[in-house]
Amino acid sequence: MFFNIKNLSVEVQNKPILKGLSLAVKAGEIHAIMGPNGSGKSTLTNAVAGHPKYKITAGDIFFNGVSIKDLAPHKRALQGIFAAFQSPQTVSGVSVYDFLKTALTSIKKSRGEKIPDPIVLRKFLREKIEEAGLEAEFLYRNVNEGFSGGEKKKLEIAQMAVLEPRLAILDEIDSGLDIDALKNIAKLIKRGASKKRSIILITHHQRILEYVKPNFIHIMVCGKIVESGDSRITHKLEQKGYKSFKIPLIKST
Amino acid sequence: MIDITQLEKPNQSRYAKKAKKGLSEAMIRYISKDKKEPDWMLKHRLQSYEIFLKKSMPKFGPDLSELNFDEIIYYAKPGKIKNTHSWKNVPKDIKRTFERLGIPKAERKYLAGAGAQYESQSVYHNLKEKYGKLGIIFEDMDKALNLYPELVKKYFMKAVTMRDHKFAALHGAVWSGGTFIYIPAGVTVDQPLQAYFRMNAKSMGQFEHTLIIVEAGAQGSYIECCSAPKYDSPSLHAGLVEIFVGENARFRYSSVENWSRNTFNLNTKRAIVDKNGIMEWVSGNMGSKRTMLYPCSILRGEGSRADHLGIAFANGDQIQDTGAKVVHAAKNTSSKIVMKSISKNGGESIFRGMVKILRGAKGSVAHLKCDSLLLDDKSKANTIPALEIDENDVSAGHEATTGKISDEQMFYCGSRGIEPDTATGMIVNGFIEPIVKELPLEYAVEMNRLIELEMEEAGAVG
Repeated sequence: MFFNIKNLSVEVQNKPILKGLSLAVKAGEIHAIMGPNGSGKSTLTNAVAGHPKYKITAGDIFFNGVSIKDLAPHKRALQGIFAAFQSPQTVSGVSVYDFLKTALTSIKKSRGEKIPDPIVLRKFLREKIEEAGLEAEFLYRNVNEGFSGGEKKKLEIAQMAVLEPRLAILDEIDSGLDIDALKNIAKLIKRGASKKRSIILITHHQRILEYVKPNFIHIMVCGKIVESGDSRITHKLEQKGYKSFKIPLIKST
Repeated sequence: MIDITQLEKPNQSRYAKKAKKGLSEAMIRYISKDKKEPDWMLKHRLQSYEIFLKKSMPKFGPDLSELNFDEIIYYAKPGKIKNTHSWKNVPKDIKRTFERLGIPKAERKYLAGAGAQYESQSVYHNLKEKYGKLGIIFEDMDKALNLYPELVKKYFMKAVTMRDHKFAALHGAVWSGGTFIYIPAGVTVDQPLQAYFRMNAKSMGQFEHTLIIVEAGAQGSYIECCSAPKYDSPSLHAGLVEIFVGENARFRYSSVENWSRNTFNLNTKRAIVDKNGIMEWVSGNMGSKRTMLYPCSILRGEGSRADHLGIAFANGDQIQDTGAKVVHAAKNTSSKIVMKSISKNGGESIFRGMVKILRGAKGSVAHLKCDSLLLDDKSKANTIPALEIDENDVSAGHEATTGKISDEQMFYCGSRGIEPDTATGMIVNGFIEPIVKELPLEYAVEMNRLIELEMEEAGAVG
């Protein structure tokens, strides 16, 4: 299995959030995870990316068969794991260009590849930014500073396209996007996935799933995946809501 | 990449052996005589010396008790070197020093002319012909005193007087070398004039005087970098900068100071700005053991304006006590002070921002902002803003932030494959970027490199 989360339990400030979550993803697959607010979706994203505040108390995360749970965030990224965050950080004074150049340099170096010369690089970054639906001038703005919600999401997708990860976990990438932007982002996600990139798409809304057409849809409630299936699962969700899914009998503290 | 050991490696000194430590009336008379100064300057020196002896040490700021006035060399000149206009004539070892600092390259490429101070005498001075034709004077200060005595006398130590404080008095007594700039009315100098100062002898004091006169409607800018080699015993830098900005004139003074880590950098800089004139200060303070430096603008003309931008980096046992002072003395004057400080490995940054709005300065606007960045728990930052307002119809505000690089930012960078050291460096560069971008390209590069060096340095020197 390419990416494998086994019985993962995670707590944040001593509060258990994920309670034995398992998820197996093969190369090139798109998995969607849906769940109500507070079910632990963002915690999953942060735990996969290695946020130090999210403590793994049980279980493990395997990437290409090797545990990554003790790796620093940048080491996970260098292995090809990418996370798009629900509320990406502002990095004052650092332009998108410099940020992406620094990230790409680091990643290319770890892959034994050369960083393109500045002219080629600029052109490449501009293309990726524009593809994601941002004007080229965003390259010279500071990372996420003064960006609207939608613009932040577009930049996250552009970063994914630039860094070419093997696994991308995208947390509510569809929030704050209008319908045209949503279609465009969905297209980019799908296109990326067809090139041996696995995607875990976390969302509240079914609309993006109509465009991305994931291989699997999982329902997450109270820190666990409670049901998995194909697009039919969303019909059940639409009609009966999350209440219709069995809720694990664990009290949240 | 600059290697800090390169900057701190002393040249084999070319001093005349009679360079003496300590200060006396006889020494002051010797300085004046050796420089063949007019009588009024000798009087000025002796009077300053008297005041220096009476004045007490500053009652605020960092501890200066390690500074021993008797251990400082107040005047020395290297060999028999004369002022020279050609790079070819600069002695080899001095040239090497400049080359190590990257000066000729910078000068050739971008800069209008260069006056570089080596020890107490200028050895290299170059000014492009076209500026001469425009009536611009860009001269070594000692030489200017001989060539333009009336002009110098009219302005010398009129913005900062010998009575201002102990180090201004000391400067008045022992000043030597420096830069003199005169831009006639209506003339614009488009490229920055530049000088590179460097101390190069044990316990060598540096007391250069910079006097800049910008006549009505004229425009120009000046930039200097200061760097000094490291020695075992502390040295003292008490320079003085005076700038007179005429009506509708505009001037920008930029400096990047990177003194040796055992230097007491006690510098005074002041500008007097006339009606609708604009004065801009851009400064970077790194290095030195203790720094006390608060560039000051006196807005005496209606509608005049001052901008102060500064960066201070305190690393290890360094204390950077810096800031800015603005006096609003006329109607509709405006000022903006933006300071950024970085403290690392136990370093301490103190920002003093003082804005005075005098009675009658109606319609004045002042804004003070200081952001401090602490790179670890050992380091300190202190902000001491002071607004003294004697007029009602004004607008004045200040804001201060002290922050650490957040874990969230570090994590975000990490999630993109950027390792922690690189991320810190990138964020620090981002933090100071609003100020660095005001510097000419070559200096911006140098500033970034110096910051990079500080980031790499443990800072446990001294």
